[in-house]
Amino acid sequence: MRASTWTSLLLLSLFNSLLVAKVVHTEKSLYRNISIVKEAKNLCMVFETRKENPPYQTCRDETQPKRLVFSYTQMIMSGLLYHPQPDNILVIGLGGGTLPMALSELLPNAAITSVEIDPAVIRLAKEYFAYKESDRVITAEKDARLFVKRAAIKKQSFDWIILDAYNGDYIPEHLMTQEFLQEVKAILAPEGIVTANTFSVSQLYAYESATYQSVFGDFYNLKQRSTGNRIVLATANGELKSLEKIEQNAEQLAERLRPYGVRTGRILNRFSTDKDWPDDQRVLTDQFSPANLLKFDRE
Amino acid sequence: MGHSLSFRLHVLFLAFCCGFSIMTVELLGGKIMAPYFGGSIYVWGSIITVFMLALSIGYLLGGRWSINRPNNFKYGFLFILSALLLLPMIFFGEAIMNLIFEHFEDPRYGSLLGASGLFLLPTIAMGMIAPYSVRLLVLSTAHSGQTAGFLYFVSTIGSALGTIMTSFFLVLYFEINTILWAVFATFLIAGLSISLRQSSLQNSMDKAEVEK
Repeated sequence: MRASTWTSLLLLSLFNSLLVAKVVHTEKSLYRNISIVKEAKNLCMVFETRKENPPYQTCRDETQPKRLVFSYTQMIMSGLLYHPQPDNILVIGLGGGTLPMALSELLPNAAITSVEIDPAVIRLAKEYFAYKESDRVITAEKDARLFVKRAAIKKQSFDWIILDAYNGDYIPEHLMTQEFLQEVKAILAPEGIVTANTFSVSQLYAYESATYQSVFGDFYNLKQRSTGNRIVLATANGELKSLEKIEQNAEQLAERLRPYGVRTGRILNRFSTDKDWPDDQRVLTDQFSPANLLKFDRE
Repeated sequence: MGHSLSFRLHVLFLAFCCGFSIMTVELLGGKIMAPYFGGSIYVWGSIITVFMLALSIGYLLGGRWSINRPNNFKYGFLFILSALLLLPMIFFGEAIMNLIFEHFEDPRYGSLLGASGLFLLPTIAMGMIAPYSVRLLVLSTAHSGQTAGFLYFVSTIGSALGTIMTSFFLVLYFEINTILWAVFATFLIAGLSISLRQSSLQNSMDKAEVEK
């Protein structure tokens, strides 16, 4: 008994020493401290909001550069299972840019616009994570709310909008209100969809769910309690395709998604339409948007 | 000799409320502007610039205005004016910012213009209150520094509390406009309450004239 405890402790410390992160680069941007960290075979972008366990934005597996390291990034591909042929994609929150890169490979004809507020993040994505712009991979250095409002004025529309602007520690509150989601809906194509990577724990969950419901109607909820993430998959027309249809798409996509570490079966298992928040839940609006305070209040 | 204790407390309390309210409005400013100009550093830069500019103009005007026949009624009027100047923010805030958003691509100048449109006038009026309060409280040159210092102490404590209460608690329970209506009511009640003291101040003013 005791010997095995010691062995496991020894193994654990060995394991830890292998995982020790080496800081490759660090800088203060206009919005935060960013570091690039090498951890075993992964190169990661970290927003250093705290010393212990800071939020990782992007990791790139240098031995398998295509692989989407984080399970939530893989889960965002639920949008592709739902809508396999998007021509115009908007990604809000660039991080290391691994997601737009994966999408540009998977969908050689799609135009992918990423909106990122922090110029340092855009520069580091290019420098360390092989993010490459082209005539169909475009980056806008802007606040997402402004981008979406201007896009509406210019009558742009997107088939798939990916909302990934919440870094785990700080939520831009003006990107989580009913009015913002209405503006997002206004630039969706008639068959367009939104996938948002957000939170599944804390009081915020119910507020946010009710807010999405108020704008889009019923939506698919893909929860992952272990990481506190969930994906909201909502549609412009308020109708949800059946799971059978999504399964058919998944079958056709499974092979193409495999190199990216995306296992379609695992994603399909998580599709749910359960409404596990109160009916009379207050929604978040531009007038009432204490998202960061609500996130702090754990259930 | 001098003002009654209740008069001094009244003025100090109003200065406290004014300090509280200025910071409440300033903090809400960030939330009011974010949907149109984002949450970037230049939005806060615009808001703080406009508030500092407005307060400095307010101090100048308030001090100037306190020279001729200062009285409670005029003092109360400053509060009521502040209250009224908050109304455009509540009623036309969105329309004003929409208009600016459509005409200015650069969010820096957009937010500066937006902050000016919404906050400049009410904050000038609020800024006039502090020097006017000093004028009402000061009885002798020897104590003028102490009086002014204590008044700034009270109103700045008010500002500190207004900042923390708004950002930690008020936004968690109330809509922005609800909080602005509360500030409006505070200024209105403050203005009316001090205006009703007209006679008592006039007496002490007259006494002061006699003592000279």
